[in-house]
Amino acid sequence: MAFEVNSDCRYAENHEWIQVTGDTATVGISDYAQQELTDVVFVELPEIGDTFAQGEPFAVVESVKAASDVYLPISGEIIEVNDALEDAPELVNDEPYGDGWFIRIKVADPDEMDDLMSPDEYREFVAEQEG
Amino acid sequence: MEPVIYELSAPGRCAAHLPELDVPASQLPPEHLLREDLDLPEVSELDLMRHYVRLSQLNHGVDVGMYPLGSCTMKYNPKVNEEAARITGLVETHPYQPVETVQGNLAIMHELQGYLAELGGFEAVSLQPAAGAHGELSGTLMIRAYHRDRGDDQRTIMLIPDSAHGTNPASTAMVGMETVEVRSDARGNMEIEALKPHLNERLAGLMLTNPNTLGLYDEHVLEVCRLVHEAGGLVYGDGANFNALMGIVKPGDVGFDVLHYNLHKTFSTPHGGGGPGSGPVGAAPTLADYLPGPIVARDENEAGATAYRFVMPERSIGRIKSFYGHFGIMVRAYAYIRMLGAQGLLDSSMAAVLNANYLQAILSEVYPLPYDRVCMHEFVLQGRLEDAPDVRALDIAKRLIDFGFHPPTNYFPLIVPEALMIEPTETESKQTLDRFAEAMLRIAQEAREDPELLQNAPHHAPLRRLDEVRAAREPVLSWQRPEDDPATDETE
Repeated sequence: MAFEVNSDCRYAENHEWIQVTGDTATVGISDYAQQELTDVVFVELPEIGDTFAQGEPFAVVESVKAASDVYLPISGEIIEVNDALEDAPELVNDEPYGDGWFIRIKVADPDEMDDLMSPDEYREFVAEQEG
Repeated sequence: MEPVIYELSAPGRCAAHLPELDVPASQLPPEHLLREDLDLPEVSELDLMRHYVRLSQLNHGVDVGMYPLGSCTMKYNPKVNEEAARITGLVETHPYQPVETVQGNLAIMHELQGYLAELGGFEAVSLQPAAGAHGELSGTLMIRAYHRDRGDDQRTIMLIPDSAHGTNPASTAMVGMETVEVRSDARGNMEIEALKPHLNERLAGLMLTNPNTLGLYDEHVLEVCRLVHEAGGLVYGDGANFNALMGIVKPGDVGFDVLHYNLHKTFSTPHGGGGPGSGPVGAAPTLADYLPGPIVARDENEAGATAYRFVMPERSIGRIKSFYGHFGIMVRAYAYIRMLGAQGLLDSSMAAVLNANYLQAILSEVYPLPYDRVCMHEFVLQGRLEDAPDVRALDIAKRLIDFGFHPPTNYFPLIVPEALMIEPTETESKQTLDRFAEAMLRIAQEAREDPELLQNAPHHAPLRRLDEVRAAREPVLSWQRPEDDPATDETE
């Protein structure tokens, strides 16, 4: 399956991407993830001020196929959520690395970024999973 | 397409004309309680009759064609069950009647409790729960009560395999416990190593479907139950797949502490649009005192006369359903069990497993089979073909409608990409299984030669492919008069 990997992001095994700018970071799901989910029909986002540990579910994304948890790649506090997804969940399909972002967080521990995959590693990881 | 009944309405038309009022009119309720202009359809009896008969003809049910909906056990519902449930002496009873006057009803319930307990290997059974997920709720409440009685309030972790029905974590959340997902191994069993880190004093229990949603009997089930028990936890059995086990394996003997039965799956009562469901729970001695109640007890006096009464189990979690559960459904399941007898139930499960393996053997020649083992009553294929990359499981499912078959469960279990979960049940003949297999093989051929044929399917159904995405994104939940439709309203 052909999918895009944004070279400015790092990736978690559950197919979330994260892009760090200073002490904040933006999180969304990868192009591969949105293709696997098919058309997204609903996204449930957390409240601003909620905090999550690395690997904790922070959002739910629903497609016609399934409802799936979305996990936070690194620990942090929610400082912004993408309200546009409420009326236009299709943004997750159309621009997974752009307007389809989910949340911004205040990064708790930058070292946790080391646990994540580089774009190339992620590409390989997906290829392996696809078998 | 058949219009909704409101579209057939004509002002002043009426199906039943009442005679002139010849008794004093009673007072209307106070005006503030009355709604004005309740918008009801006005149709003649003939309009009404044709409307619903046409709708029934558009429907696909097991009385019309094969319905291989995995995990749902859409077996034939024998019509003798309906005869039994319509016996006047049962129909004309009321749950407020004194129990001395409904001893026959209680006798049926008591015997049904006994049959289910015997099949499941359990100490006692409660017929209260109204459906499978309701049985799960009962079972998780029982497990919670058990731990609290022992002062183990910290036991709130429920382990659930990644192949589980979505209702399992939902039931756990409803009783305020936490779910921890446990992954499956390469053979589709629970991964023992993934289980081990959670075997501690926080463990409340494990919810296990066996055979699981891959249609596979867990090869580690004895060890899994032992490990959970040794850690102080209890094991809940999701009995949705009990149709593979009747007379072969008793879950109580395997180590399950509580299990729900789906009378509307395994025991042939109506399912899916019919119903209602019924999800009795059986419990081992560990949890029997916690069963929801009341349940039926049988007394015998010195003269040998029997009498039935309702009792609450000693530490019952209480009532979880008004009155005594879905009694009419219990009568149907009772009739089913009595018609088949012990040997018949065993034969049913054996035939269900044989039918599934027959189809699996034919279809796995063409469709990928991710867990290549002898299956139980159902199996999971992948709806993707190497030489037809643009065709997905959904397209195959929709194309099956054109061949007169209900599509199998698809995209579940979640651990199989493009899953097609097929459960033929024991009630389909070899001829029907062959026709289904032929359709599936022909669809694989079509997928290669003409993928658009699949992508645009169904072609012969009352409606073509529905826009499920738009329905989910912009749901319209009740019929609206064209002038009220927000889609045509400029101001919205």
